[in-house]
Amino acid sequence: MNQEHIMLISFGYFGKAFPEMIAEDVEHEFSIPVIIREGHLDLSEFYNPARRQYDGNNLLKKIDSTFASDSAKTLAIFNVDLFIPILTYIFGQAFLNGKSGIASIYRLSNERYGIANDDTILLDRLRKEVIHELGHTFGLIHCHVSDCVMRSSTYVEDIDQKSHHLCSKCRMEVGKQKLPFVK
Amino acid sequence: MAKKISILIVDDEESVRDSLYNWFIEDGYRVECAENAKLALTMLESDSFDIILADIKMPGMDGLEMLRRIKSLKKDSIVIIMTAFAAVDTAVQALKDGAFDYITKPFDPDDLSHLIRNASKQISLIEENEILKENVVSLQNVEDMIGKSEAIKKVFREIESVAQSNASVIITGESGTGKELVARAIHSNSPRKFFPLVSVHCGSLTESLLESELFGHEKGAFTGAVYNRKGRFEMADSGTIFLDEIATISPKMQVELLRVLETKSFVRVGGNKEISSDFRVICATNRDLKTMVEKGLFREDLFYRLNVVNINVPPLRERIEDIPLLAEYFIKKYCTSMNRPLISIDTSALKRLEEFPFPGNIRELENMIERAIVVGKGKKISLRDLPIGKETVNTSIESLGELEKNHIVQILEKYNWNISVAAKALKVDRVTLYNKIKKYNLKSAQ
Repeated sequence: MNQEHIMLISFGYFGKAFPEMIAEDVEHEFSIPVIIREGHLDLSEFYNPARRQYDGNNLLKKIDSTFASDSAKTLAIFNVDLFIPILTYIFGQAFLNGKSGIASIYRLSNERYGIANDDTILLDRLRKEVIHELGHTFGLIHCHVSDCVMRSSTYVEDIDQKSHHLCSKCRMEVGKQKLPFVK
Repeated sequence: MAKKISILIVDDEESVRDSLYNWFIEDGYRVECAENAKLALTMLESDSFDIILADIKMPGMDGLEMLRRIKSLKKDSIVIIMTAFAAVDTAVQALKDGAFDYITKPFDPDDLSHLIRNASKQISLIEENEILKENVVSLQNVEDMIGKSEAIKKVFREIESVAQSNASVIITGESGTGKELVARAIHSNSPRKFFPLVSVHCGSLTESLLESELFGHEKGAFTGAVYNRKGRFEMADSGTIFLDEIATISPKMQVELLRVLETKSFVRVGGNKEISSDFRVICATNRDLKTMVEKGLFREDLFYRLNVVNINVPPLRERIEDIPLLAEYFIKKYCTSMNRPLISIDTSALKRLEEFPFPGNIRELENMIERAIVVGKGKKISLRDLPIGKETVNTSIESLGELEKNHIVQILEKYNWNISVAAKALKVDRVTLYNKIKKYNLKSAQ
């Protein structure tokens, strides 16, 4: 696979603005151009009425089969509550060493936790979540370095603790992945 | 680098298996999945997993039954039970059957994360414990048995080759050569190392006491036997019994011992219940058992039962090159125990030790070093601190004149007061010798 670019696709009602605001940081972390586009998908087929959430597994498979390409790492951004059968919720997920991932802004917002909304915090969390899931598509596993963006975060305050940067070890791993494709 | 933790996921629902697989893969674990308990047990026969995450409700064998089978295969396995309903009774049953924890589906990501971290911590503690135990054992061996000579290296090789087996061992060697240390080394390098090494000094006990000591006794077996008492064979269950000075046991005890070695069971003195014990026997003697057998002093059948392997510990005079190492070891040992600054030994004192025949072997050397540290004042052990060679270094003489006088007397006596010969031996002229005789008022005893 030759990763010529990273594709950020926004699905949902927050428009294109957020992805554009994080594109530069994403580009900087992976040193690959970022392309932003809007996507349209009927999410009703992924809705689970019993859990009142959206099935993250099927959604990821759909993105991988319909929107992803071999020449890019594709990350779809949603504004819905995602779950996988075994977990109560997820912020996002990706195919490890694959070509696609998903992330949702839904549980990143302070409003969900009874606190006043703060777009700066929200944007910061989304930036970290997007870079984190893209890191998985580059084969990165969870990192134990405390401020590395690849550190596992299971709740929002956890996301706030880390930076949006890859630590030197993770950066080196991404470098190894990209090396054969450098022209 | 830390070992990669492996997880086996057992669940009949594909979506659950896939979700957990992806979640754990991202955490860097090695993950495998099984769709039922039967397949999981088959996988566990050929592969080992650190954590097994199993659904409680599965068609065929359920999670609880699988848990019991896993635990019977490997007691230390960490099994986490997943359940769709928070049923307290099943959860309690799972924990009673040895589950590490249980978790209700769907899990909160943070709970799952914590659970796996706790399990990983438990695994690393178990591993750390094993490593520490191994270190303790190896330290014992290194510290207790000192030497680089070919003779002691041969003993090390013999210990290594015999340790893993259950074979009976007779350790032979002169008194003070360290036969008990060899027994300890065999035990602490054997699979029985986590169980006791029980020592019995047969030579120090009378026949009746030895019998009670080895087999134990029941309350009221003899006057003063107020309580039941476990014997040494019983105490050595799963471990090793070390019978020192085996050559001293009476013919009656030889018969008793043979019977116990053959059946691994015995009856306490004054009792009637047969007691079984799984022990390994190691004996030691400073006597030639084979000659004793030939003379009819030791039972031949018992000798062959005990003498499966013979390790002979060489006397110290046959491993002179080990003396500096042993001396250094004992200096460290006693300086530490006496809370004294670490001292060394000077070259002449060490040379004297190397020349000394040491009839009492290492035990004698150890006592000598201990004494030297007690009586010595300097930063080095010198000749005068050693109790050997007193005839040449008399520490009670302090003046040079007295030393000269004594030496002249010794030489005159040696040459029967022949002044010319004595003067020649002393490398002085006759006049000087006459002057000295006059000065010290020396007279022939004859």
